[in-house]
Amino acid sequence: MDVPISFFLGLSAILFSIGLVGVLLRRSPLTILLSLEVMLNSVNLTLVAFSRQVGGSDGQVFALIVMGIAAAEVVVGLGLVVAMTRREMVLDTDELRSLNG
Amino acid sequence: MDIAVFFLAALAAIASAAAVVAQRNPFVSALGLLGNLVSLAVLMLLLEAQFVAIAQIIVYAGAVMVMFLFVIAYVGPRGEIGPGERRPWQVWLAILAAALIAIEVVVVTYGASFGDWATIDGDYGSPTAIGKALVTNYLLAFEVVSVVLFMGAVAGVIFGSGGRPRRLTTDEVLAKETESAEQRRREASRAALDAARDTQGEGA
Repeated sequence: MDVPISFFLGLSAILFSIGLVGVLLRRSPLTILLSLEVMLNSVNLTLVAFSRQVGGSDGQVFALIVMGIAAAEVVVGLGLVVAMTRREMVLDTDELRSLNG
Repeated sequence: MDIAVFFLAALAAIASAAAVVAQRNPFVSALGLLGNLVSLAVLMLLLEAQFVAIAQIIVYAGAVMVMFLFVIAYVGPRGEIGPGERRPWQVWLAILAAALIAIEVVVVTYGASFGDWATIDGDYGSPTAIGKALVTNYLLAFEVVSVVLFMGAVAGVIFGSGGRPRRLTTDEVLAKETESAEQRRREASRAALDAARDTQGEGA
């Protein structure tokens, strides 16, 4: 393959940063979860790229397990969003300040 | 050839990731994430990880995104929240932090020598190879993930079913009825008292 691995790693870093900006700046919990998915997927790309470079299947197994954990995390996050909606709360993470010190 | 595919998929991935972050409507954000997942699957195919790429499409673009879209449809227009009252320095600090992380990784990986790609056989990345690794070396992780997914499902159900008014038992319904009857009686007597006071006032 004529694409060096550093291209994949650089792309993954850029995607991770874009997702990070979304997590830091957005206030809607739905968009924060979606940005979190972008971050997790960029890391998956890194794992698969290193797996290809080493030539074993370990990195790919790791990526699959990350996918499973991400699915569990999304279920909990979306459950919280649904609970907020049922309690007629504003879907705004800035308004969730009852645990503020 | 490979490099053209890489740059096309990379451009699509970056553009769709930017759409996820920048769109106000969460539905459009979810569609952006869909595009991001598909372009990452293309990159994984380029890395000859066929099974992970297909699992990405089926698990993420199929199952997880459907769940997202259901919740977005359930939440409706109240999910649309813009950046809001962020102070400008917060915005710039967040973008600066993210850009520094990206630049840091790009500089480090560009300078480092990772060596060449490994030579692989036809078995690499196939469901057979991944499945064998999952049930031999990584059996514990595999089982732990299934337990974590189960716990996540239970937690999702518990979180999602809260906040609804509880169905009352018969005793509670009766108690409520006596209470409201009591209240009605009290209000009626108060109204009668007021009426009596008024007529007294008129008489005096």
